[in-house]
Amino acid sequence: MRITEHPILEFSPGREVEFLFEGRPLRGREGEPIAAALHAAGVRVLRTSVGGRPRGLFCAIGNCSSCYMIVDGTPNVRTCVEPLRPGMVVRIQHGLGESQ
Amino acid sequence: MNLPSIAIIGGGPAGLCAALALAGRGHRSLLIDRQHVLGGQLIKQTHRFFGSRDERAGRRGIDIGRDLAAELAAGDLVTVWLNSTAIGYYQDDNSLVIEQAGGRLAVIQPAYLILATGAAERAFAFAGNDLPGVYGAGAVQTLMNVYGIRPGERAVMIGAGNIGLIVAYQLLQAGVEVAAVLEAGSSVGGYWVHAAKLARAGVPIMTSHTITAALGDQSVQAVHAARLDGDWQPIRGTGFELECDLVCLAVGLSPLVELAILAGCRTAYVPELGGYVPWHDHESRTSLAHVYVAGDAAGIEEASSAMIEGTLAGLAVANAIAPWPGYADEREAAQRRLAALRDGPTAAKTRAGLAALAATATPASGGERG
Repeated sequence: MRITEHPILEFSPGREVEFLFEGRPLRGREGEPIAAALHAAGVRVLRTSVGGRPRGLFCAIGNCSSCYMIVDGTPNVRTCVEPLRPGMVVRIQHGLGESQ
Repeated sequence: MNLPSIAIIGGGPAGLCAALALAGRGHRSLLIDRQHVLGGQLIKQTHRFFGSRDERAGRRGIDIGRDLAAELAAGDLVTVWLNSTAIGYYQDDNSLVIEQAGGRLAVIQPAYLILATGAAERAFAFAGNDLPGVYGAGAVQTLMNVYGIRPGERAVMIGAGNIGLIVAYQLLQAGVEVAAVLEAGSSVGGYWVHAAKLARAGVPIMTSHTITAALGDQSVQAVHAARLDGDWQPIRGTGFELECDLVCLAVGLSPLVELAILAGCRTAYVPELGGYVPWHDHESRTSLAHVYVAGDAAGIEEASSAMIEGTLAGLAVANAIAPWPGYADEREAAQRRLAALRDGPTAAKTRAGLAALAATATPASGGERG
């Protein structure tokens, strides 16, 4: 899902780091938003809304609440703007989320 | 640290140009942005800009953003706070609350405030619009053009205004197939040059068509679309399915006016400008004497006009602090460039919106505070 060739843009690879998504080790680029790393890994469902419906990335600039996830135990993290760091523990947030 | 007395919220084209205009008059300012990099939405605009040379036409948005940030960094009058979100305003003592990295709160009391907060993308009502795989056009641009991630394999674009057309072409450049561009209106809203590029690439632009549902269980697998009648109602029997894993909404923007409202600026609802906008005069001043507004936050237009509006707001604040004889000339020159940008048929809506805003009464004492 990563773009390797582009007529205008060049993307610097960035350092690859490992993080945990739902207990499963995934790799992403350090400093990119968590949701971007997940997207590149093929993960689209980031949370469920109060009614239980799946939700994913929508605005990608921290405006909406569609990408809230539980990151290192903290719920309601805007994963579209939160930079990925090595070893992060990222979980799908169900409903309003609870601190862990 | 002794903070500048002028705060600018938003480091996009408007905020950057406001800071540069102030610096040009020797004034220090504090530029606050919630992202980790300056430029606002310019950082994802890979297309070349139109307009006049003064607005850097011919340059790509990504380069314009870098140019402006570099000009700013070359001087030492602008203090930049990145990763900083303006989340509150207390009218009691004119204090502005900024959330910074790690949840730290900073409270500042700027003597002048320039709101260049930009806009939010509109959502659009259809069944399944909350499914993963339905994105705002800006999100698709961010994923592709900033982070180098392909947002999907096959896209359906909703909206054939400039954003819809440009982003559909950028999807092709990123290696994503574009199944169709659906436009509810009876004609293409954006520039023909953008539409022609898509047409040459074989992408159908279907006017008088809209999405009626996004289909899928955990994420989008197809959309249901239909033709619209003259009242924008789906015509029975015209429905069809398009397979796709990506629905991109380019159905307009709304000004981000929360801070203006918190500060007590009077707003007016002007659909042609994108919704609620802070009332402002020809000097970008809101109903509050110390609060100015520029860019999409003052009414949805384009990055080129946002740059001039930022310059105008910066000049106006500089003149409010320390008037100089050449101000009127500089302001009028900038306003002429703005008028030129708003001259064409595609800007008719903007002209109507600005006229409607100007026709609302000048602020009464209700919105004003000493």
